Amino acid sequence: MTDVTASPGNSNVASATPDTMAWDSRARRVVMIYLPLACFIVILLFPFYWMAVTSFKPNAELLNYKEHNPFWITSPTLLHIKHLLFETSYPRWLKTTMMVAICSTFLSLFASTLAAYAIERLRFRGSPYVGLGIYLAYLVPPSILFIPLATVIVQFGLFDSPLALILVYPTFLVPFCTWLLIGYFKSIPYELEECALVDGATRLQILRRITLPLAVPGLISAGIFSFTLSWNEFIYALAFIQSGANKTVPVAIVTELITGDVYQWGALMAGSLLGSLPVALFYSLFVDYYVSSLTGAVKE
Amino acid sequence: MSVTTISSRTYAQRQPNWLVRLFDYKPFLIAMCLAPAIGLLAVFLTYPLGLGVWLAFTDTTIGQRGIFIGLENFQYLLKDPLWWNAVFYSIFYTAVATFGKFALGFWLALLLNNHFPLKSLVRAIVLLPWIVPTVLSALAFWWIYDPQFSIISYLLVDVLHLRDSNVDFLGSPWPARFSLIVANIWRGIPFVAISLLAGLQTISPSLYEAAMLDGATSWQRFRYITFPMMMPILAIVMTFSIIFTFTDFQLVYAITRGGPVNSTHLLATLAFQRGIAGGELGEGAAIAVSMIPFLVFATLFSYFGLARRKWQQGEAND
Repeated sequence: MTDVTASPGNSNVASATPDTMAWDSRARRVVMIYLPLACFIVILLFPFYWMAVTSFKPNAELLNYKEHNPFWITSPTLLHIKHLLFETSYPRWLKTTMMVAICSTFLSLFASTLAAYAIERLRFRGSPYVGLGIYLAYLVPPSILFIPLATVIVQFGLFDSPLALILVYPTFLVPFCTWLLIGYFKSIPYELEECALVDGATRLQILRRITLPLAVPGLISAGIFSFTLSWNEFIYALAFIQSGANKTVPVAIVTELITGDVYQWGALMAGSLLGSLPVALFYSLFVDYYVSSLTGAVKE
Repeated sequence: MSVTTISSRTYAQRQPNWLVRLFDYKPFLIAMCLAPAIGLLAVFLTYPLGLGVWLAFTDTTIGQRGIFIGLENFQYLLKDPLWWNAVFYSIFYTAVATFGKFALGFWLALLLNNHFPLKSLVRAIVLLPWIVPTVLSALAFWWIYDPQFSIISYLLVDVLHLRDSNVDFLGSPWPARFSLIVANIWRGIPFVAISLLAGLQTISPSLYEAAMLDGATSWQRFRYITFPMMMPILAIVMTFSIIFTFTDFQLVYAITRGGPVNSTHLLATLAFQRGIAGGELGEGAAIAVSMIPFLVFATLFSYFGLARRKWQQGEAND
């Protein structure tokens, strides 16, 4: 912002002494904005580039920087991906992760839509406190909870079952989604609901026919965010799942693909790349929703 | 109130279904709506939180119910150099990483707040490190930090000829500590930058125009307009950032697992190692509970420290 507002000032000066100042301000802009921005982008993207390059390199090239330029692939190969898909349980891990992410997303969307509606629209005594309580739940980090939760999961007989993850993930999804949706419901005019009430609609009809259709962007934001968060979750999945077949992708790559002292870098990076792709794809389709939900949740 | 009675009466005439009427009874409806969320949070969040505190005072192990042993776990931890080491590194990690994330993230937010071509694409790219699963990007960092085939070593030794030998990123305590902090900063920048960018966009341009008329330099505009206006959002983002950096687990677990010689254990990884991997649930829970005072303190400090200054400035401006 500072530089945008500065530019009209600079151009005024530039009109007085034309060529040199105009060039100066453009050069200044390159040094002050484009150069640092380019550095940021290169650094932020480099690990992904490196991940991608590694996963398509044959092993000989991977471990020999003297004869091959490490930044490029001379003879690309799909061997690592083939190894991953056909010689490990990777497809199964992907399927488990997908299922857990989708189920927990829907469970938390269901719970948080109702909760947000009750808090924001069915005003009752103490509703702000319930809202605050749900918000505080978001501040309890999983690192504190995973040990007692593991004993709770064992008590329920859910240890080593993906169902445990589906039930546990809402603990960090529900607070986030509820706060996002409360914000969305606030933006829907209350008069619409009053009209429907006068016309004899029940509360549930109002929620289904009026509030929810209007809150679709909010629901999409909450949904994709929940999906990403549950796809990325690590500590619960690590603590509650033991058998190799039921693991989620992030946990399985760290625990199952790292075997012995010789690391299969090609397969590891291919696994990371494939594990990141679904969320990256999802992200590229819904970028605006991500940005709005991230910033919306922070502003709340 | 009259509105609801009319509606329920007319509705009851048309469709006198007791179920529909029950769902239109407000207290019942509120209870039904809150039940799923509150139920899930109570069973899987509040109860475990309480249970965790209880476990910290017992000697429970995996497969064996513990008995109450008072403060023994905590007394043991206070004498344990590994715990002190983890406390030190958790604080150091949080402090350095938060500082780095906010310095670089704020800078990136200021850069992104300019007009330039392909802005939305650049913004989308910037958020990518935050979207991708932390463990998977951490593995990429592990590979980047490899002792033999590190690409950074290659750049420094073979391309730039700045060093003679490869950098040993993860082999000795201090380099390993800083390597992890760099990876954490890399992952944290996007969140900070995008949140702060949202804050920057809410600042009215007229404030800058007024300051320019008064002859403020660009540093003065940043110091006396941008910075104070950003305080409330900085407070919130920093609170979140501190909480989730202090309790970080994935990055350390994926890259070093606490090594070399336990120098990079955070409290969360130490709790996992003792509690789940070692089976000493009581001791692990005690380590996890020992994070709570630090968290409460950090939250209060960042939230009230920053938010109060904003409040004071608000008073002065009015």
